Parts: sequence; C-alpha cells; structure tokens
Amino acid sequence: MRSKQKIFVAPIIYLLFILIPIYWLLIMSFKTNTEIGGSVTLYPHQPTLDNYLFIFSDKSWYMGYINSIIYVLINVSLSLIVAIPAAYSFSRYTFFGDRGLFFGFLTFRMMAPAILLIPMVQIFSILELIDTHIAVALAHCFFNVPIAIWILEGFISSVPKEIDEMSKIDGYGLLKYFYKILLPQISPGIAVTAFFCFLFSWVEILLSNALTLVYAKPIGAIMTRVASVFIANISILSAAGILTLIPGVIFVIFVRKHLARGFSMGRVG
Amino acid sequence: MMRKSKDKIAYLLLSPALLVMLISGVIPMSMILYYSVHDSFYGNNFIWVGMNWFQQVLSSSEIYGAFSRSLGFSALIISIEIPLGIFIALRLPKEGFLSNLYIVLISLPLLIPSIVVGHVWKFLTLPEIGLISSGIGYLGVTYDMNNPLIVWITLALMDSWHWTSLVILLCFAGLKNIPEAYYQAALVDGASGWSVFKNVQLPKLKLVLLIAILLRFIDSFNIYQEAYVLTRGGPGVSTTFLSHELVQTATIQFDLGEGGAMSVIYSLVVLCVSWVFFSLIVRKNNA
Repeated sequence: MRSKQKIFVAPIIYLLFILIPIYWLLIMSFKTNTEIGGSVTLYPHQPTLDNYLFIFSDKSWYMGYINSIIYVLINVSLSLIVAIPAAYSFSRYTFFGDRGLFFGFLTFRMMAPAILLIPMVQIFSILELIDTHIAVALAHCFFNVPIAIWILEGFISSVPKEIDEMSKIDGYGLLKYFYKILLPQISPGIAVTAFFCFLFSWVEILLSNALTLVYAKPIGAIMTRVASVFIANISILSAAGILTLIPGVIFVIFVRKHLARGFSMGRVG
Repeated sequence: MMRKSKDKIAYLLLSPALLVMLISGVIPMSMILYYSVHDSFYGNNFIWVGMNWFQQVLSSSEIYGAFSRSLGFSALIISIEIPLGIFIALRLPKEGFLSNLYIVLISLPLLIPSIVVGHVWKFLTLPEIGLISSGIGYLGVTYDMNNPLIVWITLALMDSWHWTSLVILLCFAGLKNIPEAYYQAALVDGASGWSVFKNVQLPKLKLVLLIAILLRFIDSFNIYQEAYVLTRGGPGVSTTFLSHELVQTATIQFDLGEGGAMSVIYSLVVLCVSWVFFSLIVRKNNA
C-alpha cells in the first residue's frame, strides 16, 4: 500500500505547483483592477468579463494573437518541410561532411536570440521583409530546424531500410515514397517535432518583437507596451496571458499520445 | 547498424534546410564575426581593428559579473530541474486516461510565452497583493523583492515552474521505451526500488537526460525576457545576465563592434560547455 501512495503523491504536489500560478492568473483575469489592488481574494468576488471584452474589441490586441499564431504556424510548417528531407538524408546516406554538418546544424540551436538580433534586423531590412510574418518565421528557423532534424532523424532511422528498397522495386519515385510510405510511418515523430517547434517559436519574443513594427506584432510585444504604459493594469494583462495558453492547449491535446515518445530515439555520435 | 548508401541526392535533400539555415543562422553569425573585428561609423565604413573589441570586452568588469551570474543561474537551474524532472517522471502513471491527463496538464507551463511567465511571477510576488508575497507575509516574513536572495529564489522558482515539465516529458518518454523484460529480470533478481532505478532505469535514461541537460543549459544560459520582466536586472545588477548586457550593448548603445565581440565570446562559452555535454552523450551512448 505504501508504494501505491508514493506513486501518486509526488505528481499531485507537482501539479499543484504548476496549476496554482495558472489559477491565480485565471482569477485575476475575471477581477477588476480595484479588487486586485484592494486585497488578496482567492476567487473573484465580482466576476467580470470586461478584460476579455476589451481584448476582443481592440484590433491591435486580438490581431496580436492572430499574428503570433500565423508566424508560429508558418515556422512549424517550414521547419518540417525542410527538416524531413534533411533528416532522411542524414539517416540514409553517407556523404562528405555528413557528421560535421549534422553537428553544424546543432550548434545553431545553441546560439542566443540576443546574439543574432542586430544582423537579423539588417538582413530582413535588406530583404524588405521587416514587419512580415515570414520574417519572424524564418528567423525562428535557426533554433527550430536543427531540433526538428535531430528528432526526425531518430524516427526515420527506426523505419527499416527494406521498406525503402521494396518501394523502389514497386516503382515508387522518391516523392511518392515520401508521401505514401515514409510520412505515415513517422507520423508520431512529425507530431512530436511539430510540438517542440511550436513550443520554442511560441515562447520566443525578443526576435519576433524586433522584426515587427505594426502589422505583424506578436501578442507578447503588445503586452509589453501595455505593461510599460499602465503599470497597474494587471487584470487586462492576466486575461491576455490566459488567452496565450489556448493555442498551445489545443495543440497539445492533438499530440498528447505521441509526446511520450519524444526525443528518446535521437541520434548522437 | 544498417548500411547507408552513397548518393549525390543526399545533398539535394539537404539543400532546403541549408538554404533556410543560411539566411537565419550562417549569414547573421558571419556578420557578427565581421563586426567583432571592425570599427564602423554610423553603421558603414568598416575599418579593421583586429582584436581591439575583444580586449575592450574582456577588460570590463561588468562582463565577468554578468557571465558568472548566467553560469551560476544555469548551474542552479540544472541542479533543480533535472533531479525533480526524473523524480516526477518516475512517479507518473504509465498508461491510460490519467497518464494522458497528466501529460496535458504538465505541458501547460511550456506553452506560455516567456513574457507572460515573467508577468505571472511578477503578479505573484507583488508586495501586499501577490499570492506568494502575501502568503509569506501571513507567516510574518517579508517577501522583499529588493533582497537579491529572494529575487534569485523567485527566478529559480519561475524557471523551474516554466521548464521542469520539459525534463519530465523527456524522461517519461525515455522510461516508456525501456522494455518490460528489463523490469521482469530485475524483479526475478529481487532488486529493490532504488537498485532498479540505479541499474535499469538510470542507464537507459542517460541519453535522454543529457539531451535534457543540454537544452536546459542552453536556454537558461540565454534567459532574457522572463528575468527582465520580473526584475529589470535588479536589485542593482544582481540579476543582470549576459543576454541583458548584450542586448544593452547591441541595441541601446548600438555598438556593433563591442556587441559583436561579446556575441562571439558568448557563443564560444555556450559551444564549449555544450561540447562537454555532447562528448559525454557520445561516450555514454557508445558504452
């Protein structure tokens, strides 16, 4: 009996640790600033939807969410599209510099966004892409493409090579092989990769803020602006914070079954 | 090990990834290298200055302070999140509805943008009206965000809250991939819980763990937004990290040369530490 209890106590305590700050944010989003400033209350005494209504009625606010979702989705698709053939190449072929190239990709995952800030602004200015979703999506590739290749390489290597040869005998070209055989086989890997790309792109703000001005401003940047202007506007920021959780939650519900496989088969060495 | 084939098509398959990385990684990094050894006037007319910027960066005492704070923060974060992550992952239910529910709930903090994370913890620790500060205040202790120790505790709590889930997910995945036969064998041998962990689970987890350590090292060493929202680098410079110094130099002073040299040093440090982790992974994987 003792061991049975031990199994569940620790995760429950940990869940409380995770959920209490989220609960706190949630109840503040239904409070008025007066109530927040008055005293600590564990639930909203006069619940209000004003904070949410404010966000949904102000174009710059709700467009912030849409902008973030757009560039994250572009980034996830772009990362997958370029990483799947690259991972296949690393998994199936030997070629000059393959090992070096594989680790070369990974070194970029180690760079801080702060380092690349200035050159990226200059590059995307030259390309006339400043203030577009594509600029942010491309910028986020330096940390997402390497991780995508890393995860996918593991999944592709676990697909037996005999399947490649059989499909060749059946007269499948490379494209048809990818589409008909490889992709269905590695679909859990694609889900896991998409989750991690989504995650790292969704939480990043330094680059996404620097590369946008008005039309593609992410929600995080709009929150910063409000936070610096109205120091006391905690209730709006709380509602905005709660809303940033929603896209991720929808995403994670879709991929939850595959998450347990994660990086466990990644290649190293 | 399967035999791999040699083929020119390998390069063709790699080319889209290379093109994307050229724009978002290689070219920006080359520009940084170029700036670090040149001086510029108004962002053009570049003049070769050799190692001058590096000497200047390395002779300022601020950088050493920021550097040791960043490294200390990473060490602190890894020593909290990795053991905690393993501990929780070992105790999660392996199958069924409850397991899925845990996975979804545990993933929640990972899906919150860093800036929101900063705000959440700022609100939690606001004097008088924050949950943590008033809760602690109830016990008769002041939760003083002007005290560097308290600020560091808050930062560590915040980062653990945000990222321990990543370690849990990775370890959970690693544990699930251990074949049932291993446990059966251990059971037959009459192994205790601890020796199952030490002799069966931990060796199988080594690879995943080192990946987790690597990712947590990189991202905690690069911490920027959360810490900035929470503390603005203060009190004093007690939470000013390397990334804050860098953004300050590069964007606010717009000092391309000094910022470039700092970036190069910064990257070399991350690369060296990561390389140590990597060689560990490779050795462990081959052993």
